[in-house]
Amino acid sequence: MLNKYDVSKLEHSPEIDALERRLGVDRREFLKLCAAMAGSMGLPAGAEAAIASAVAGSKRPSVIWLHFQECTGCTESLLRAEHPTLDKLILDVISLDYHETLFAAAGHQAEAARKAAMEANKGKYLLVVEGAIPTKDGGIYCKVGGQTAIEMLKECAAGAAAVVAIGSCASWGGMPSTGPNPTGSSSAGEVLGKKVVTIPGCPPNPYNFLSTVVHYLTFNKLPDVDDLGRPKFAYGRLVHENCERRAHFDAGRFAIEFGDEGHRKGYCLYKLGCKGPETYANCPTIGFNDVGEVSWPVGCGHPCIGCTEKGIGFTKPIHALAELKTVKPPVGYPRVDEERGTGATLAAAAALAAIAGAAAGATAKMVKNLGSNLQVEDQPAGKEKVKS
Amino acid sequence: MSIDRRQFLKGALAGGVAMTAASPTISEARENLTMPPKAMGLLYDSTLCIGCKACVAACKESNGMPPEFSSSVPDQLWDTPLDLSGKTKNVIKMYRNGSADHKDVEENGYAFMKHSCLHCVDPSCVSACPVSAMTKDPENGIVKYDEHDCIGCRYCVAACPYDIPRFQYDRPFPKIVKCELCRHLQTGENNTRFQYSACASVCPTGATLYGPTEELKAEANRRLALKAGSETSYPRGKIGGKDSYQGKVGNYIQHLYGDKELGGTQVLKLSAVSFEKLGMRTLPERSFASVSETMQHSLYGYLITPLVVLGGLAIAAKRNVRDDDSSDQA
Amino acid sequence: MSKHAPPAPLGGSYVTPMNVLMVMLMGIAGVVLIVRLIYGLGAVTNISDGYPFGIWIVYDVMVGSAFACGGYSVALLVYIFNRGEYHPLVRPALLGSLFGYTLAGASVIIDLGRYWNTWHIFTPPWAQINSVMFEVAVCISLYIAIMWIEFTPVFLEKFMKKDMKQKLSKWMFLFIALGALLPSMHQSSLGSLLIVFGTQINPLWQTLLLPPIYLLTAITVGYAIVIFESTISALGFKRPFELDLLSRLSKVMWGILVVYLVMRFGDLIWRGALSEAFNPNLVSLMFWLENAFFLVPAVILASESNRHRPSHLFLSAVCMMAGTFLLRINSFLVGYDTGTGWHYFPALSEILLTVGIIAVEILGYIVLVRWLPVLPKVDAAVAK
Repeated sequence: MLNKYDVSKLEHSPEIDALERRLGVDRREFLKLCAAMAGSMGLPAGAEAAIASAVAGSKRPSVIWLHFQECTGCTESLLRAEHPTLDKLILDVISLDYHETLFAAAGHQAEAARKAAMEANKGKYLLVVEGAIPTKDGGIYCKVGGQTAIEMLKECAAGAAAVVAIGSCASWGGMPSTGPNPTGSSSAGEVLGKKVVTIPGCPPNPYNFLSTVVHYLTFNKLPDVDDLGRPKFAYGRLVHENCERRAHFDAGRFAIEFGDEGHRKGYCLYKLGCKGPETYANCPTIGFNDVGEVSWPVGCGHPCIGCTEKGIGFTKPIHALAELKTVKPPVGYPRVDEERGTGATLAAAAALAAIAGAAAGATAKMVKNLGSNLQVEDQPAGKEKVKS
Repeated sequence: MSIDRRQFLKGALAGGVAMTAASPTISEARENLTMPPKAMGLLYDSTLCIGCKACVAACKESNGMPPEFSSSVPDQLWDTPLDLSGKTKNVIKMYRNGSADHKDVEENGYAFMKHSCLHCVDPSCVSACPVSAMTKDPENGIVKYDEHDCIGCRYCVAACPYDIPRFQYDRPFPKIVKCELCRHLQTGENNTRFQYSACASVCPTGATLYGPTEELKAEANRRLALKAGSETSYPRGKIGGKDSYQGKVGNYIQHLYGDKELGGTQVLKLSAVSFEKLGMRTLPERSFASVSETMQHSLYGYLITPLVVLGGLAIAAKRNVRDDDSSDQA
Repeated sequence: MSKHAPPAPLGGSYVTPMNVLMVMLMGIAGVVLIVRLIYGLGAVTNISDGYPFGIWIVYDVMVGSAFACGGYSVALLVYIFNRGEYHPLVRPALLGSLFGYTLAGASVIIDLGRYWNTWHIFTPPWAQINSVMFEVAVCISLYIAIMWIEFTPVFLEKFMKKDMKQKLSKWMFLFIALGALLPSMHQSSLGSLLIVFGTQINPLWQTLLLPPIYLLTAITVGYAIVIFESTISALGFKRPFELDLLSRLSKVMWGILVVYLVMRFGDLIWRGALSEAFNPNLVSLMFWLENAFFLVPAVILASESNRHRPSHLFLSAVCMMAGTFLLRINSFLVGYDTGTGWHYFPALSEILLTVGIIAVEILGYIVLVRWLPVLPKVDAAVAK
C-alpha cells in the first residue's frame, strides 16, 4: 500500500500546496519532517510519502487533551518542538478541541467547548491524558470544573477512539506517586481499568508522541506497543544499549565523582547511579530540543534517573546502582565449557592408524614365521630341535 | 664373594624397612603451606557480576596484552577472548542453561565466573617448576612468573588444578602467561590509570574486590550470613575504601570457594550457582604439592637413600666387574 | 660356543633400503624441527593448554626412555645380581639404551619452549629441588653421560686404545653402579610427575604407588626390548638367536611382571578405584587394553615350554612394549582431565617428528653395530 505513495508525486500535489499556504511552511521542510517521523518510528521506505499524504489530505482528527496532576512539562516539551514550528503544524494537523494550557478561553466556556467536541466527534476523537489521577478519598485532590479527575477521565474516555497517556505521570503515576503518595496518584490506565498507549518520560521526547499520533493518522491504527502500552519504536531498547558512553562502560572507565577527571573526560556514569541499564527509552538516539544526540542527561554529564520506568524513576535513589535488566549474554560470550584444543584430523588419525596397523601386521607376520626363518643357536647336546 | 640373589633381596628388604622407619626423621610428611602474613588477593562475587567484561579490558590494558579474536566474531574488530591464553590473563565465562532467562539461577538461568590465577597458598605450579620461574612472594603471597628463568617445559600448565597458566604456542620465543595480581603496578614506573589490580579497579559493581585476603574472607563470610533479598552495603574497588553502594543480597551457595581448597587460595569466590557448573572443581583440602613433595623428600631427601643404595650397588658392581674382567678374553 | 665369543663389528654395507628409508624419515623430521624452531610449537603440534604434554613428551621421552631401559635391566642382572651368563647381551642392550636415552634427551630439548634456558635446571639458584621434573631431568642427563662413558670401551677397542681401556676399567664399577641407581630414580620419578596433578588424573592411574608402577614396567620392558631387538637382529643380520639365554631372561621378566600385576590390581582394589574401569567410555577401554597387553605375556610366559619358543617370546615382548607404552599414554593423556572441552590428538607433523626420531635410533643402532664391536662374533655365516 505504501508503494503507491511516491514522494516525487507529491511535488505538485494540491494538498501539499494548500498545506504550504495554510501553515506558511516550506514544502521541503514539511517533507523532511515526515521523513524524520517515519525514521523515528522505524517505518520502511515510502512511509514518509504516506505520512505526507495523510497529514496534508485528511480531515483533521479531534483531540481532547486533559491535564491532571502534572507540571505541564509534557505540553511544554511538545511546544519546544521546532521542526518546523510545530505548534502551528499540530494545531492544524489535528484539531485540538480542548487543551487547558493552550486555550485562550477558560471556565465554563472551555468546558462547554469540550463537551460539544466530544459529542460531535463521538467515537472518533483521540484522548490525550497528561498528569496523574489522585484516587484517594474519592479523588477530591484534583478537580477541574467541579469534576474530580477520575470522573472527568472516565467521561472523556467513554467516547474516545484511543487513549494516549503522555508523560510518566499519566503512564504510571510518575512524580506525584512517589512514596508515601498521599493522594493515591495513579495512571490513566489503572483508573480506566484498561490498557492505554503510554508515552512515559519526564518529559518524554515530543517526537515520541508526535510520531504516535501521525502513525495513527496515517494508518488508522496505533503503532506496536509493548505490554505496558509503550510504542516499541521508542521504548523497545534500553538506554544502555544505545548510550554513546557505552564503550567506556565496557572498558571500565567510570566517573566516580562529579567534576573528577573521569567525569570531565566523559566517562561512563554507571557508578554515579546511571539507570540507563534498566530504563527503556530512546533518549540517546534522538536527544532533546532538536540540538542533537548529545542533548540528554547523560550527554550533559548527569546519570540517567530512569524517568520513564515505574519502580525506578522517582523511586530508586538517583545515585543508587542500577540493576542490569535481563540482557541475555550474546551467543558469542565465552562459555564455561568452551571446546578447545585440536582433536584428530583425518591425516593424523590415518597416519597413526597406519603405524599401528603396520606394527601389528609386522608382529603377526614375525610371530608366524619365526620358526622357519630364525636360526636358533646350537643347543646343549641331548636336547631336541626346538619348536618354533 | 658375590652377593647372590637371595641375599640381595633380603638386604634390600631390610634396607627398605629401615628406610621407611627412618623416613620420618629424614623428612616429615610435608603439610600444606600457610598463608603469608600480608597475603593480598581478590574476592569475586558472581552474584554481583554483570558480565560487562570491563575487567577483561582493564587487565589487557594494564598488562599491555594484545587483543584476541575468536571465530564467533569474524570481523576481528575487537578483543573477544573465549578463554585464558597466551594473550589473555583474565576472562569472564558464562554458564547458561536452557532458556537462560534469569541471572544466578541454575535451571534455565545464567551466571558468570571470573577465571584468573587464584594465587594458591600452596601452589602446584611453584612446586612443579624445575627452575624456580614460578615463585610465591613470601610477604604478599603473589605467585610470580619470570620468563628469564623459564625453560618453557609447561609442567606448571599441566600441574595447575584450576587450569590457569597458559603458554604461547604460537611463538618461537614463548612465555607462560598468567595473572600476577598487577604486581607490576607497584613499581615506580606505573604509567597506567590503575593503582592496584586493574580488574578490581574498574569493576562497576564491586564483583571483583581487591585487598588483604583476611579482610576479604571476613567480608565474604559477612555476605554469606545475610538473608537473600535483603539490602546491604557492597564495597567497590579496594576493600576498606570509600566507594560503596547499596544492593540486594543474592541467594548464595553457602560456601566460600578458595577458603580450604588445596590449602586455600588468596583469590576467593562466592556464587549462587554451584561452583562445579561454573568450572570451579571440588577439590580436597590437602594440597597436591604437599603430596608430591612428601614423596620426593621421602625417597630422595638429603640424598640419603640414593647414596646408601649407590654404596650397595657399587660394592656389588666392583665384585662382579672384577669377576667379569678376569674371565674376559681381552 | 658363541655365548662367550668376544664382540666384533658386524661389517657389511651401510647403504641398504632400510637405511635409506630411515634417512628419508629423518629428513622429514628435520624439516618439522626447523619449522618448530622458526614458528613455535603450535605450528607443528596440537598441544594446547589442556594438554600441554603431547606425544613428544609422553612418547618420545617417557616411552622412549622406558624402551631404552634394556641397558639398565641387563646391567642389573649382570653386574648387580652377578648373572654373568647374560654378559653377551650387555653391549647391544647398552647401545640401544644409549640411543634411546640420548634421543629422549634431545626430544625434551626440542619440546622445551624456552630451550636456551635449559642449563638453568642444573644451576643453583634456579634449580628447584622440590620439583619432580628437576630430579627427572638431572638424573636423565647424568645417566646419558654415564652411558656414553660405559660405552667408551667399545670405541677404545675399535681404535685399539688398550691402555686407556684398562685405566677406564678400573672405575667402571662406579659408573655401572650409577647406571643402576639413576634409572631407578628417574624411571620411577617419571611416574611421580603425575602426583602433583592430583585429581586431574583419573583414579585408575593416580596413586602413591606410581613410582614402583613406572619402575617395574620400565625394568620389564627393558628385558622385553632385549628380546625384541635380539629377534630382529637375528632375523635382520641373519645371526643365530640366543634362545637359551633369552628364555631365561624371559623368566626373570615374567617374575617381575607378575609382581607388577599383583601390585597394580591390588592397589586399584584397595583404593576402591577399579570401579572406574567399568564405565562405558574411552578411559575404561584404554585401561583394559593396557592391562590386556600385560596379562597376555603373564599368561604365555608362565609355561616353561612357551619360554623356549621364539615366536612366543617375541609376541610377549611386543605385548610388554605395548602395555608399557599404553601405561604412559593413558596416565598422562587419556586419564588427564584439566577442564571440560579440551581435545588433543597429535598432529601429522608431530607424528612425523616422532617417527623421525625413531628412525634415528634404528639407523644409529644399525650403523654402530656394523662399525663398532658390539655384537658377539659369530663363527658361522657372514652377516650381510
